[in-house]
Amino acid sequence: MKTPSTSEIVARCQDLFEDLNFTAAREWKKAEPGRKVIGYMPVYVPREIIHAAGMLPLGIVGGGDQLEVIHGDAYYQSYICRIPRSTIELGVSGRLDFVDGMLFPSICDVIRNLSGMWKMMFPGVYSKYFDVPQTYEDEIGGTFYEGEMREFMHDLEGIAGRKITDADLNNSIEVYNENRRLVRKLYEMRAKTPWQIPAAEAYLVLRAGLILPVEEHTRVIEQYLAAALKEDKPVRDNCRIALTGMFCEQPPLNLIKSLELSGCYVVDDDLMLVTRWLIDDVPTDGDPLHNLSRAFLHRSESTAAKYEPNLAEKGQFLVRAVRRTGAEGVIFASPSFCDPALLDRPMLQNVLKKAGIPYIAFKYAENSGQMQPIREQAGTFADSIKLWSAA
Amino acid sequence: MKITTSRSQMPTEVLKDASMVKQKEMMAKHYDRLANAEANGDKVASTFVPGNLNELIMCFDLVNNLPEVNAIQSGLRRQSGAYVMEAEKAGHSEDVCTYVKSDIGMMAKGNIGPNGKKLPSPDVLLLSYTGCFTFMKWFELLREQYECETIFLQTPYMADGKVTENMIQYMVKQLKEDVIPKLEKVSGVKFDIDRLREHLAKSAKAEDDLVYILQSAKNKPSPIDAYFGGIYYIGPIFGAFRGTDDAIDYYRFLREEVDQRIAAGLGPVTPDGPMSEEKYRLIVEGPPNYTNFRQFWKMFYEEGAVVVASSYTKVGGTYDFGFRHDPSRPLETLAEYCLGVYTNRSLPMRVEMLTNYMNEYQADGLLINSIKSCNSFSAGQLLIMREVEKRTGKPAAFIETDLVDPRYFSAANVKNRLESYFQMVEQKRSGASKGVAA
Ligand code: SF4
Ligand code: SF4
Repeated sequence: MKTPSTSEIVARCQDLFEDLNFTAAREWKKAEPGRKVIGYMPVYVPREIIHAAGMLPLGIVGGGDQLEVIHGDAYYQSYICRIPRSTIELGVSGRLDFVDGMLFPSICDVIRNLSGMWKMMFPGVYSKYFDVPQTYEDEIGGTFYEGEMREFMHDLEGIAGRKITDADLNNSIEVYNENRRLVRKLYEMRAKTPWQIPAAEAYLVLRAGLILPVEEHTRVIEQYLAAALKEDKPVRDNCRIALTGMFCEQPPLNLIKSLELSGCYVVDDDLMLVTRWLIDDVPTDGDPLHNLSRAFLHRSESTAAKYEPNLAEKGQFLVRAVRRTGAEGVIFASPSFCDPALLDRPMLQNVLKKAGIPYIAFKYAENSGQMQPIREQAGTFADSIKLWSAA
Repeated sequence: MKITTSRSQMPTEVLKDASMVKQKEMMAKHYDRLANAEANGDKVASTFVPGNLNELIMCFDLVNNLPEVNAIQSGLRRQSGAYVMEAEKAGHSEDVCTYVKSDIGMMAKGNIGPNGKKLPSPDVLLLSYTGCFTFMKWFELLREQYECETIFLQTPYMADGKVTENMIQYMVKQLKEDVIPKLEKVSGVKFDIDRLREHLAKSAKAEDDLVYILQSAKNKPSPIDAYFGGIYYIGPIFGAFRGTDDAIDYYRFLREEVDQRIAAGLGPVTPDGPMSEEKYRLIVEGPPNYTNFRQFWKMFYEEGAVVVASSYTKVGGTYDFGFRHDPSRPLETLAEYCLGVYTNRSLPMRVEMLTNYMNEYQADGLLINSIKSCNSFSAGQLLIMREVEKRTGKPAAFIETDLVDPRYFSAANVKNRLESYFQMVEQKRSGASKGVAA
């Protein structure tokens, strides 16, 4: 079988990205009777449990810049971010009518309240606010989290009409471990040779993982990596930056492209965090929920939606990411009106300041059209970094 | 020291309730205690109103400092605007909660409290993460400044309208294994559960009277305004007085005052004197605006509108459905208290509660004051409005202001909205009565 080229793979991922009817997920569901789809919002849910129930986890991250929001705006004041209104639009317009359940992770008050709105607006659909611990002792936060996961698992068993065994869960954990290994590899390779893995391509490849069954997504990354690393692409005189912003609401694809066009190679980011939230392999023996809980508590990524119990550790994840990937600066891109991202930002900036790492910051909305100001800002930043390193 | 205020000391012509005078004295006393904390060797715990564990804090002889209340005070004194700008100058986004920015700006400008004296630096930040995501970031920001012990207490969200055993156990474990040991360490005082029980018993007493007072608004005319007046009433119990004799006395005193007004058939007392005719009975959802508090209130009482119940007066504890602090289950009761505060209730629960208020208090309509700062309250309010309207058949209206950022209070807009809303209520009423007559 001929291995597809990067452009073929990226084109397919782009189709998935643009398809606001989620045709691929609909087809997956239709292919066999009794199949169920569970939607989830950013930033993280343990998809392993959904997978173990034989269901498809479907990432819902708003409507982007292509969706015309007709109804959604009537539900939100002007000073609330875009993602909840476009998500409501997806729901009200019937685009999610095939989804059997929705998860609203505990990341901010907007998503939290959306969970209740969903219950009222779509009373026939299972919906759950997925609470996670913000304290990290196994006996305290861990026990609570295992309890929450168990409750969720029982709900899914009810929907699936069958029990989920430990063996099912351990099998799903392995399937996701493999996916995460590939995602990590993608990030490593990009940090090494960013000209071969453009940020927008990496984003689209990762984003396909929100829609495709995980096994298929793993193959897509594999094929993409194999193809991308073979290609001979010109090396530009770009600077290397880490992009950070919580990214619950998604930046327009054009924004990501603009950064590279204005002279910045993105060598690290926290986009699509669900695909690599757990930092390393989760053990596949023993009590699976306990293992998932331990991974969440002790081996997961940092983001603004999480409490950092240790002052000395605050923001260090960013410094480490910069050192690990050889980034020369950090770009903060936060959704407008996003409390977690925007409240966290000054603290992260102070940490960077102390570490002598330059940064810039701007805000965006998923439907921002004008990229010129961002391009200019990023271009000036890239120039100043180059001047610095030349001096 | 206990505060005693006898009714005979009260000048007869003041346009304030006697209880209000007492309330002011209590608050002033508290701010003095904060200002003198260092000199007196008192240690200070900063914490939030929702999920405020005053009974526990007092077990360690800590003085309770509430940054939200400080922000409110700055708002009422018209200083918050400058503080917010100061924080924005220092890099805080214009998009985020202005309570946080008022607090941070106040710190930058010397941390002067409402009594003109410097507020103490906290010895411990007790981060009760209850019903609002911003709290977490707010205290991470303060921790960066003060570098003091920070204790985290997570209250799970009541998303499904119920409290589960897993939630209670989680909270009790946090209290036992983390919060209490750390408070012992910071304060140097050993935890005594009987002392906690005593405070809890006192809380329950005052809570009984608070509920009586808030529910007195079911009378016609209502003897109180349960939003503008209510904000004064909740001050002591939502702050540093829950669990004290002072609170018991205050609420008893207030209850007697309310009883006298009911007996005399009187309405609420406003800053301009007793309200004349009660024309409209409203339920209000959402916090008030503090930078133009008097002006805002006036727009209501001038039109004869009285607020008979509000959700805001439940942010520091929801007592009207029967919850009382229970000394026989000291840690569990603290957990249940935190879980039940208004902002920790799911949207469907909030809709039920407001609908219930509309019916029980025989209100003419619902008014939502949507606060730009506050996603916890605001995200979803438009749906709440529609649902309550649908369920009650009574008109609802929506206005937008901010808590402590004067840039978002447009008096002309708010007044216009309110006037047309009152007309709508009027029309609906006459329509309804015509309907009955026909
Ligand atoms: S963009 Fe920010 S504020 Fe909006 S829903 Fe996401 S995390 Fe919450
Ligand atoms: S977001 Fe709302 S509840 Fe939270 S601190 Fe600000 S005003 Fe208070």
